[in-house]
Amino acid sequence: MTGAGVLARLAVRRDRIALPVCVYVIVIMLTVNGYEFRKLYPTAASRLALAASGESNPALRFLYGRLDGTSIGALTVWRIGVWAGLAAALSTIFLVIRHTRGDEEAGRLELVGSAAVGRFAALGASLVVAAETMALTILLLFAVLPLLGLPFAGSVLVALSVGACGLAFAGVAALAAQLTMSARAARGIALAVLGVAFVLRGSGDAGVTGGLSWLTWTSPLGWVQLTRPFGEARWWVLCLPLAVCAVCLPGAFALDARRDLGAGLLPERPGRSTASAALRSPDALAWRLQRGALFGWLGGYAALFAICGAAAQGIGQLVGTSSALRTEISRLGGQSGIVDAYLAGLMLLAGVVAGAYAVSAVLRLRSEETGGLAEPVLATCVGRVRWALGHVLVAVVGSALLLAVAGVATGLGYGLRTGSAGAEVSRMLGAGLGQLPAVLVVAGVAVLAFGLVPRWSVPGMWTIVGVLVVFQLFGPLLRFSHWVMDVSPFTHVPHLPGGAVSVTPLVWLCVIAVAFTLAGLSALRRRDAGIG
Amino acid sequence: MTNAIEIGGLRKSFGETIALDGLDLTVQTGQVHAFLGPNGAGKTTTIRILLGLVRADGGQARLLGGDPWRDATSLHRRIAYVPGDVTLWPSLTGGEIIDLMSKLRGDGDDAGRRKSLIERFDLDPSKKSRTYSKGNRQKVALIAALASDAELLILDEPTSGLDPLMEAAFRECVNEERQRGRTVLLSSHILAEAEALADRITIIRAGRTVETGSLADLRHLTLYHVTATLEDGSSVQREVPPAELNDVLRSLTATGVRSLTCRPPTLEEIFLKQYSEVST
Repeated sequence: MTGAGVLARLAVRRDRIALPVCVYVIVIMLTVNGYEFRKLYPTAASRLALAASGESNPALRFLYGRLDGTSIGALTVWRIGVWAGLAAALSTIFLVIRHTRGDEEAGRLELVGSAAVGRFAALGASLVVAAETMALTILLLFAVLPLLGLPFAGSVLVALSVGACGLAFAGVAALAAQLTMSARAARGIALAVLGVAFVLRGSGDAGVTGGLSWLTWTSPLGWVQLTRPFGEARWWVLCLPLAVCAVCLPGAFALDARRDLGAGLLPERPGRSTASAALRSPDALAWRLQRGALFGWLGGYAALFAICGAAAQGIGQLVGTSSALRTEISRLGGQSGIVDAYLAGLMLLAGVVAGAYAVSAVLRLRSEETGGLAEPVLATCVGRVRWALGHVLVAVVGSALLLAVAGVATGLGYGLRTGSAGAEVSRMLGAGLGQLPAVLVVAGVAVLAFGLVPRWSVPGMWTIVGVLVVFQLFGPLLRFSHWVMDVSPFTHVPHLPGGAVSVTPLVWLCVIAVAFTLAGLSALRRRDAGIG
Repeated sequence: MTNAIEIGGLRKSFGETIALDGLDLTVQTGQVHAFLGPNGAGKTTTIRILLGLVRADGGQARLLGGDPWRDATSLHRRIAYVPGDVTLWPSLTGGEIIDLMSKLRGDGDDAGRRKSLIERFDLDPSKKSRTYSKGNRQKVALIAALASDAELLILDEPTSGLDPLMEAAFRECVNEERQRGRTVLLSSHILAEAEALADRITIIRAGRTVETGSLADLRHLTLYHVTATLEDGSSVQREVPPAELNDVLRSLTATGVRSLTCRPPTLEEIFLKQYSEVST
């Protein structure tokens, strides 16, 4: 463990932006929801009605878990507890793998390991930082939740539940980091465990009481609510995530002690010794490099939107219990009917998140460039524009596919429950693809940033994506003025289903997207390329 | 056309750093030209300008008779390049990358040549490139370049990370390429390699050309080592410029010598002298 302290400080220094952001996101998720419930459901009667309809919808139970009373605290834990646990788990998974297998794969640990640094220093340091991050989250929640008027003991317990969930997955990530040679695959394993945990908890909660509800007890995400912070508190449940961590860590350290630097437990399989006939162009290379990530996104989109679509049927009753929420929801989306407003809100979410995907796909250009991988390609007869277009094409086709999948999955999820799957699928497919012009504008801005200000393109574009998310998802609640909202391309796409379609803004968005892309490509032609 | 590369008065700065400060370089077609200079002298920047990746601030650069910036894509059909710092896509195998590069360059399929190079460099093409060592990554880039039918090979420190056996294989390959009439620009730190392979040599420092010519030309510019033991038993060591060699030897033999050695400078000595001299 010699040197772990220095490495932990190095990790904090390298993640000085990302770590506070993770902490704030988790804290804000819980506080914003607590605040909204207090504002939207001020009376016990309105909360009782909400609880009744929330409890009766299996799809909502799958997404959010089971209700535990009708207090504001209980509603907050129901609505966001699992998701806060999920966010905490994602933070620690990315953190631990980045500073262990990620550094190892990049060869940095070799340099570090040659200094007076113990075998376990990197693993130990990453876990220390993960624990510190969770401790900071817990402390902030201690401070903030009681300010919303939530009981102190419950606030403490919910904070500890979320933090302990993060720690459990820090252990899982530490173990996964020992198994594979690539950080990407290790992240994949840890995220798969997280996905299984979500499905187990969801299935347990969605089923009838008795039947499969024991499944919830098998999932660290389930434990976040099973501590029952605002019901009959079960402090002992906190031992379960800590036990997972306690089981994983000795395993991880034991594997770390036995294996060679750079080696994994799972063998690296040999691949083709010649390239397939298809791998012959810059477009094919871009597709090959990006297809894995796209398939992951498509799978996630299909599952998430199918469930959200299935939840739509009960949404009318749910919303009917709060008049304030009813106005908010219809403000957020279309006009005819709360279900349509909810579905339109889902499609807006699909659009904004597809925008984030498009940005990540376009910015692959930048990571290829800084990684020295653009240089050998550009030294062949592939021109810069041709090279860039390969990745832009992946971004365009990928986001179109994502929106189509979001539409079809929502339509299926909703349609199968109402018995009109065919009609819903075609209606929602159109609603999803309606977001495409706005997504293309976002992709166009990313191309422009990459061409014009390459050094700033990555932080700049992710800031823009963050601002878009805040605008679109919280804008109506925060009551931004119209001209501020008008800057966002998502304000100008039709709010389907339920809203009116007007062709002119769609054409304009496409023209703007193409103009940005062309401007970015022409800037790329004129600047120095291939250097970091 | 007799010159594959013609560079005159090339300038480039990155912000406040001056990378190239009036660099000259002429590479004759069909020759192996060594391009030497200490770290940070501007070798890689020069190569990137030749590849059209970076635009020069001033001066001229001609590559195979064309403008490296404007005609980049059509010129690249005729060149092959090995970067100084080889990074590969971790999820692709070495074999896939070799094939991909040849397709991107627009080369025909020469499976026989590819196979013989893979055997010669003893590479396992079915391994994912994340599992390759530095030397093996270097081999992938070298095979991809050597397997092409480009007229000009631009090699930036091509043997870094290779073992002596592979280095020998590399030298053989470069000599074969020369016999086939290809031009090679070889940027290197390994002086023995430059000495063994190069027809002509250019030494640069701080973005400027300090010496250029054949090894014999360069030898004429530096001092010969003369060591003599005189009749009276005393010994003399002198560094003598080539022009004064006659006079020195005459005066030594006039005194009477028991033994005499006169050795031309090695490339290493030329190199060290040029590197350590304050800029003119």
